[in-house]
Amino acid sequence: MAEATVTQEVASDLIPIYIMGKQYQVPETLTIMKAMEYAGYQYIRGCGCRGGVCGACATVYRKAGDYKIYTGLACQTVVEPEMYLTQIPFYPANRAKYDYEEVEATPETIYKLYPELFRCVACNACTKVCPMDVEVLDYISALKRGDLEAATEISFDCIQCGLCTSRCMGEMAQYHIAQLARRLHGGKNVPRAAHLEQICEAIDEGTFVEALGEAKKLDKEALKKAYVEREMEPHMSEEDWRPESKHALLG
Amino acid sequence: MKLGYYPGCTLKTKAANLEKAAMAALDLLGVEYQELDRWNCCGAVFSLADDDLIHHVASVRNLVRAQDQGVDTVVTLCSQCYNTLARANLLMRTDDEKRDTINRFMYEENDYECNIEVVHFLQVLRDQVGWEALKQKVVRPLDGLKVAPFYGCTLVRPEDVSIDPLGGGILEDFLRAIGAEPATFTAATECCGSYQMLAHPEAGIERASKVILSANRSEADALILSCPLCEYNLGTRQPDVVGASEDLAPIPTFYFTQLLAVALGLDPEVFRLELNGPSAAALLTEKNFIAAASA
Repeated sequence: MAEATVTQEVASDLIPIYIMGKQYQVPETLTIMKAMEYAGYQYIRGCGCRGGVCGACATVYRKAGDYKIYTGLACQTVVEPEMYLTQIPFYPANRAKYDYEEVEATPETIYKLYPELFRCVACNACTKVCPMDVEVLDYISALKRGDLEAATEISFDCIQCGLCTSRCMGEMAQYHIAQLARRLHGGKNVPRAAHLEQICEAIDEGTFVEALGEAKKLDKEALKKAYVEREMEPHMSEEDWRPESKHALLG
Repeated sequence: MKLGYYPGCTLKTKAANLEKAAMAALDLLGVEYQELDRWNCCGAVFSLADDDLIHHVASVRNLVRAQDQGVDTVVTLCSQCYNTLARANLLMRTDDEKRDTINRFMYEENDYECNIEVVHFLQVLRDQVGWEALKQKVVRPLDGLKVAPFYGCTLVRPEDVSIDPLGGGILEDFLRAIGAEPATFTAATECCGSYQMLAHPEAGIERASKVILSANRSEADALILSCPLCEYNLGTRQPDVVGASEDLAPIPTFYFTQLLAVALGLDPEVFRLELNGPSAAALLTEKNFIAAASA
């Protein structure tokens, strides 16, 4: 009897939500994604990492008695009673073609590939709709003033869900423009890390070929064991700590 | 004549008495017409409204951000930015209804309380620093340099955002403070050609010619500006302008801030003269205001 009481206490209440206009009763603790699956939908697309970073499950919803548009990732957003929702897994947006080796990391490259950038009137609809709370208007503004570094920093959390693009009255694809800015700035303007060059050289010289060959020979259990027992840098180690293993990826 | 009849929404709902009588009359009078098969609302009031509020949103958002940052005055250098921000500010201060509309549209921001002053850099020099105090700080007075002060449109028009509403000559006072001589320049508040230089180059060149000709006639050594668009038309595009007429002679152009920095004896690196035409640095070198190396 006592057990039954406990079970009743932890059970979720069912709440009504509307998926593409049709009402379903779903447990109140579920995310939108789980609720849709509970309601019988099967994801073929519109679902990726289920961890809030892939941008495949952008969802638009409204609440009862409220004219405002709300957004969230279906895999991260918990359902609310009376919410009306639909997923927008993809929004058409043209991506400019360019030869990465040829183009210069300057604002003019971006202006030439995406002249529609200048159609922005700072309405901020993009920022309001972003499920990642990226200040979209701010990075568009940064690009209009030629600041690739700021655009890179501000747009860094973008998961390319495309909701900004769906709302833009200037009809631009903000997230593609930001990606171009990050590629140009990250790849051409930011200084290269010296240790990365060293490691690449070491790889080219075949430093790790032998170790990789040995690992390939291990069976599954031995590989697991080797992985679990691998040498790791201890917490609070000094800067001059070096691994003892000759296979370590350290110059 | 083939007459198509556009009814409009209201005639199909509340104002059937306007429509039915008219159409019956046309029938009686033997006028043939066809009601349009496919039509939509004419746009009614909103298509004729001239508020154009969306284009103030960008400026007001900047004023809100300034308010959030706790400043009470925003200073800007570009004449166009000054004009756009100042006019949006004026609108927000003088039209309660439009202010509420814009504030409501920008619900994700704090309401704009209209307590920010928008000023141009020249006003800071005049009102906060003062011409006399500026003069005291000048280490390299621009003696013997005759300069045509170009206001263009947006520093002084419309009048209610003008930085010099009484025509007191703020740029002339500035020039005197740094030791230069203001030229008597009749085209000081003419249009530089604005965006016409790109859309309709001939019209743009005609406007710019008027300014250059006036500067030539004033016997000025140089022209000063505060607007990048004016600089594009009168500076960058000057070879096209001068090349189009035998009456015109080239004249170096500067932003007023560059001459300010020269007079204050600042580091030549901040002059950025490499962005002006070569004649600009040459003039300052010739007058011994800068060393040849910094040109």
